[in-house]
Amino acid sequence: MSWRLQALLLTAALASLASGCGSGLSTKATIAIHYSRFEPGAVTVPAGVPVTITLRNDDPIEHEWIVGTEQVHEAHRVGTEPVHTSRPTEVTVPALSTRVTTVTLDEPGEFAYICHLPGHEAYGMVGTLRVEEG
Amino acid sequence: MRRFVATLAVVVGVAAGALIAHPGLADACAGLIGSDGAVNLGRTTTLAGYSDGVEHYVTAFEFQGGGGEFGALIPLPGVPAKVERGGDWTLQRLQLETQRAEAFDDNLAAPARGALTKAVVLQEVRIDALDLTVLEGGGASVATWANEHDFRLSPDAPEVLDFYAQRSPIFLAAVFDGAAAAERGQQLGDGTPVHITMPTDNPWVPLRILGLGKQPDDLIQADVFLLTDEQPALLPAPSAGLTLSHDDPATKLLLDDLRSDAGMGWVPRSAWLTKLEVNSSAGDLRYDLAVDTSGLDRPSPVAAGLELPDVAPDAESAATVLWAAIAALAALLVAIVAVRRLQPGTQRV
Repeated sequence: MSWRLQALLLTAALASLASGCGSGLSTKATIAIHYSRFEPGAVTVPAGVPVTITLRNDDPIEHEWIVGTEQVHEAHRVGTEPVHTSRPTEVTVPALSTRVTTVTLDEPGEFAYICHLPGHEAYGMVGTLRVEEG
Repeated sequence: MRRFVATLAVVVGVAAGALIAHPGLADACAGLIGSDGAVNLGRTTTLAGYSDGVEHYVTAFEFQGGGGEFGALIPLPGVPAKVERGGDWTLQRLQLETQRAEAFDDNLAAPARGALTKAVVLQEVRIDALDLTVLEGGGASVATWANEHDFRLSPDAPEVLDFYAQRSPIFLAAVFDGAAAAERGQQLGDGTPVHITMPTDNPWVPLRILGLGKQPDDLIQADVFLLTDEQPALLPAPSAGLTLSHDDPATKLLLDDLRSDAGMGWVPRSAWLTKLEVNSSAGDLRYDLAVDTSGLDRPSPVAAGLELPDVAPDAESAATVLWAAIAALAALLVAIVAVRRLQPGTQRV
């Protein structure tokens, strides 16, 4: 194998690695929760395909990750559902644990993800899920 | 969610302690949120005392009414040797002393001088309707203990508990049993005084904990009394949100009165009385009070929460660093070999 070919393969491998780590259109994302903040505060995913989101709660207290329209969030601001387990867009993440959910968002747009436990949204537990054409 | 909601937040009660001579010092407080999630805002009073390497911290928890439980966490600079019922009127006597001073003293506005392990229960004490538990552990383990005991922690709790655990792993959890208080005939606003005796060479007064569970714009108000052998040096220096309202030698009459209260026999024959008033937004109250009575005028920035303590890396961290260094070295060697092989004209043997 010539050195040019090796360099080309190396370049391709690095590009692939960079794509996996930083592309806005990845179908996988990890959102950490630390000191009651979402990290990162914004994630971009492709529309119309399943996206696997890993939610890692580094805090010793429970949190929620709820993504949706303003209507969805308004309902949760006054809701009383204690634990969210049945909808992939609404996930309870217990203290010091990880949950994985797979969501498919068909339409491009921006959707907030918020923790609706008392006081958490006001404290700043708000992020943005950007959905773009794949 | 029908989990009991008792949040760590701001202490609405009275704390008394006194700081007496010796290098460094400070005291503490804590906070309360009711089971309905409402924060009970009130003025907190604290007295901390330090003498012969022992800090005396006396606080009182006010009965706020209702039948539920209220919880509070107080960070402590050391492991208590004793947790007991406090004097009956020490705090009121101190307020009286400084109010009288205000009436006659024109110099009150004088400028100021400069990885999760389980929490270990060290001590459990019941005083009237108060259940007090002394815990040792990191921020996460203390929070986990609180969760397991049906406290609902406010969203700022993880950061605030870590803030304290970096300096001391000791916390006092206080749970006020409202039903028991009602059965005992306690009236709204009645306080249960608690006296904590702690041998420590690093006393400090936690102030940031007063803002736990509050919104950034919420006003935090507290009176902090220090009783020290010498005139103390303070950090941070008094400012707009932390004003110095009394700064004089304690009178013999005051010291005699304090000494005659229950459990206050430790009060020395002579001392310096300092009163600080906290009037700050929760967002601005991100520090504690470090006090130095050594005469060196060097209150600790670490004790004040303004700097992180120096932490020696543990064995696990050291091993991680070592392996990372070995891996980096190996990667470098591989890269060098690869580059040499790719260089045109390089002869292979």
